[in-house]
Amino acid sequence: MKILVCVSNVPDTTTKVIFTENNTQFNTAGVQFIINPYDELSLTRGLELTEKLGGTVTVITVGLADTEASIRKALAIGATDAVRINATPTDAYFVAEQIAAYAKDQNFDLIFTGRESIDYNGGQVCGLLAEMLGLPSVNVITSIEIDGTIANVERDIDGGREKLTASLPLVVSAQKELTEPRIPNMRGIMAARTKPLTVVEPIATEATSASVGFELPASKGSVKLISVEDAGTLIGILHNEAKII
Amino acid sequence: MNILVFAEQIDGSFKKSAFEAVSYASQIAQAHNGNVTAVVPGNVADDKLAELALYGANKIVSVKHDNLNRFNAETYTKVICNVASAEGSSIVVISNTYSGKSLAPRVAARLKAGIASGVISMPNTNSGFVVRRNVFSGKAFADVNLTTPIKVLAITPNTFNTLENAQAVNIVNAESGLTDADFTTKSVEINRVTGKIPLTEAEIVISGGRGLKGPENWHLVEDLANALGAATACSKPVSDMHWRPHSEHVGQTGITIKPNLYIAIGISGAIQHLAGVSSSKVIVAINKDPEAPFFKAADYGIVGDAFEIMPKIIEAAKAFKVG
Repeated sequence: MKILVCVSNVPDTTTKVIFTENNTQFNTAGVQFIINPYDELSLTRGLELTEKLGGTVTVITVGLADTEASIRKALAIGATDAVRINATPTDAYFVAEQIAAYAKDQNFDLIFTGRESIDYNGGQVCGLLAEMLGLPSVNVITSIEIDGTIANVERDIDGGREKLTASLPLVVSAQKELTEPRIPNMRGIMAARTKPLTVVEPIATEATSASVGFELPASKGSVKLISVEDAGTLIGILHNEAKII
Repeated sequence: MNILVFAEQIDGSFKKSAFEAVSYASQIAQAHNGNVTAVVPGNVADDKLAELALYGANKIVSVKHDNLNRFNAETYTKVICNVASAEGSSIVVISNTYSGKSLAPRVAARLKAGIASGVISMPNTNSGFVVRRNVFSGKAFADVNLTTPIKVLAITPNTFNTLENAQAVNIVNAESGLTDADFTTKSVEINRVTGKIPLTEAEIVISGGRGLKGPENWHLVEDLANALGAATACSKPVSDMHWRPHSEHVGQTGITIKPNLYIAIGISGAIQHLAGVSSSKVIVAINKDPEAPFFKAADYGIVGDAFEIMPKIIEAAKAFKVG
């Protein structure tokens, strides 16, 4: 079983989002970067599968040298080796093209992405990558088991859940519930220092999109308080004043 | 200019998101003197297909095939891209439902098209082709310029209105061109929660947090939800403690929702939670801590004990419903 886990380096969930350069750049000053939480689930599930079936888990990220702390953490959690494609991840299309170029002759049986990155929320890499590699894909999976060359998966659908079978090789994106993330232990952290981390230069591609700028949502006016005694009036207020029910 | 719109059918009928997508495509067409083609994979009766014309589809391409009745990312992609090529489409509109999220990127890669997902605006073509989308789970917006000849727009459900713009019904049946070998993924079983309103589609959401002290008190959330025809949700700690299923968790690492009304009971309003709900039109926070951050994000607030407050609201809601 040869597994590839795509990892995105994202701002910690407690980050206050601020933009600079006339609202064209996300301000990374003082921001703590972490492995995208959904990618961490992918990594853990990948490790669980190889522990059961044998094999390797390679993590791959598209990013500059400042992403190596996250990569080392992924290695400490248990990944076999890591690949960093040395480029700024400008958009999902670019990231998918870079990963596809690396993965196309590596014969991975299973490729994990996260459901989305918690910063740009595109949720595109799974589908883009699968189509570029000519592989099937299943999005937002909550469960995956391997049976020979078949994967039995469950995915979220609008208002419910679907069970599917898919043939390997396969690209999937991880949703919560897939597993519980693992925390690296001291042995893992020590081992991570000597695990292979290959730096690959990006292939030349043509941009498909350009970021124009950002904007923060308008802040709400001050809250209108209702006393506990008058709590029942809330319904009337929502109907007559807010006109929302 | 041709705009292709994917109209998703579920069990032979369309949901509101499909009509929203057709309406969206139709508005682009009106602004740019274009026409709208809707593509429908799966078996749908003509009278149902005709509904798409009501919202502005000039042509409806029906691709009937038993194996296409259930969503399938790979084969739907092939069907849509074949129609896009035949029609010479320069824009493909897809509703960003769970199915749309798996489909849109595949379509983009196959058409070598730039893609924006989670779109919340009409395209601005004054300088390039710029659309606005949600980023940082609702904490900010990003404006993105798609620079390729073909563009894929995955629009956020529940964001654009359905607008009637009746066109002559023009249904064309097309061959899928698919063989059994194309179906490398197969649906085995679908379980939809029946009788409950899906969170992402709900116009009213009632949500509970740790302040409710335990799953045995969830009747306070459910009773109000039932009275108002609302969906129920919860905060991350609540789903982490398995008081409620993960599928109800709203927030940055859960579901992002934007209902008309969001009522948060016993949720402090941590930044990660607010990220998933801040696009709600009206927010009501109920919390015993007057310093809870939710009161800074809410339109209405009640500071006090939820166990004292909720019965009064539920009673009023039941009376309102009867009245």
